[in-house]
Amino acid sequence: MNAPLALLAELTHRCPLRCPYCSNPVELARASAELTTVEWARVFEEAAAIGCLQVHLSGGEPTARRDIVEITAAAHCAGLYTNLITAGVLLDASLMARLKAAGLDHVQLSVQDADPAGAERIGGMRGAHARKEAAARIVREAGLPLTLNAVVHRQNLHNLVLLIETARAWGAARLEIAHVQYYGWALANRDALLPTREQLEEATRIVEVARQTHRGRLVIDYVVPDYHAARPKACMGGWGNRFLGVSPAGHVLPCHAAESIAGMEFPNVRETSLRDAWEDSEAFNRFRGTAWMPAPCRGCERAEQDWGGCRCQAFALTGNAAATDPACALSPQHGLLAAALARSGAPAFRYREFG
Amino acid sequence: MTPRFAPGVRLHHDKARDRWVVMAPERMFVPDETALEVLRLVDGARDVDVIVDALAAKFDAPRDLIATDVNAMLDDLVVRGALTI
Repeated sequence: MNAPLALLAELTHRCPLRCPYCSNPVELARASAELTTVEWARVFEEAAAIGCLQVHLSGGEPTARRDIVEITAAAHCAGLYTNLITAGVLLDASLMARLKAAGLDHVQLSVQDADPAGAERIGGMRGAHARKEAAARIVREAGLPLTLNAVVHRQNLHNLVLLIETARAWGAARLEIAHVQYYGWALANRDALLPTREQLEEATRIVEVARQTHRGRLVIDYVVPDYHAARPKACMGGWGNRFLGVSPAGHVLPCHAAESIAGMEFPNVRETSLRDAWEDSEAFNRFRGTAWMPAPCRGCERAEQDWGGCRCQAFALTGNAAATDPACALSPQHGLLAAALARSGAPAFRYREFG
Repeated sequence: MTPRFAPGVRLHHDKARDRWVVMAPERMFVPDETALEVLRLVDGARDVDVIVDALAAKFDAPRDLIATDVNAMLDDLVVRGALTI
């Protein structure tokens, strides 16, 4: 069994933005259910002890926690490389200075569109874009490396060239261009978000050109959507293989979307150690390796390359988390993706909100 | 030309796996032995010529050969965002 390399710490589900593709579950956890500072410190110590090298301090919006500086310090003291994954709208120079002093290594800042009006419509927050630009400046002035993260979809792909220019203008050394993945909130907004094949091909071409243009100055990571694919993504590098997540309420997850799979129970750090959760829990062993696989995955030469695709997507589309991901052309349910594409094109969003 | 680690990038000893890794924003990679030899000499003070001289002496190898390898490796690490020159 491999040891996990990185921990995604979802510190809170609270967030001033309301992005319709939010990767948090549709059932959001309330503040009263969140792990305490001391509990997070223990999680970081345990994560480092089992082999994690990096932590992504995420959410929701991690800076919505009043103890974000103490949490960052605890992660740093545990020996983890610390990434803050933020929307940036709550960040000021004073908080930035305290986070840096606490040992923060890097900031990833989200941007919803290159055009402020589009960005604010997508994120559902007035004035957010200007605050993000200010946050980028604050991060750079503090001397920390900056990544810009742009989630792309049908309603902002026309601005992809400008998004890449935004990354350069805001001083990012790295840009993540991630197509929406469809579970949770994004699945509820699929008709409004799914790109056309032409949009996808144009985006891929733009990224390839930009990588050459900005070679040595801007690293571009590109995550493609799988609705136009013939083979599924190697989701999380395999269930329980590399990735470890802890939700705001302490659930230990093999994927940040795993709670969308109805009927699965996940271990909780309030009741078990991370090591036991990783090595021995029913949830982590359920889809680990290849023994659980049905046909056509079983015996497929790609079984250990794509690990049968995404369990959350299999569940979301077929109702069976153990099915072959329909993104695979060999899945008997591959037609579900073409049907979804045929239906797409709705303009309106259902914004993320607490239920 | 003086290579240095990009902001947020450093060599880190991975105790759990007893190996060196290049830690970078939201990424890490495991350098091969040759890359590790080069990275250990990157301190923001040594320029490329000094690094090549040091490795040519250490491995008792032709300087031209070492220079070719080092330049290719540095170029790759710059493209990956690990080093700046």
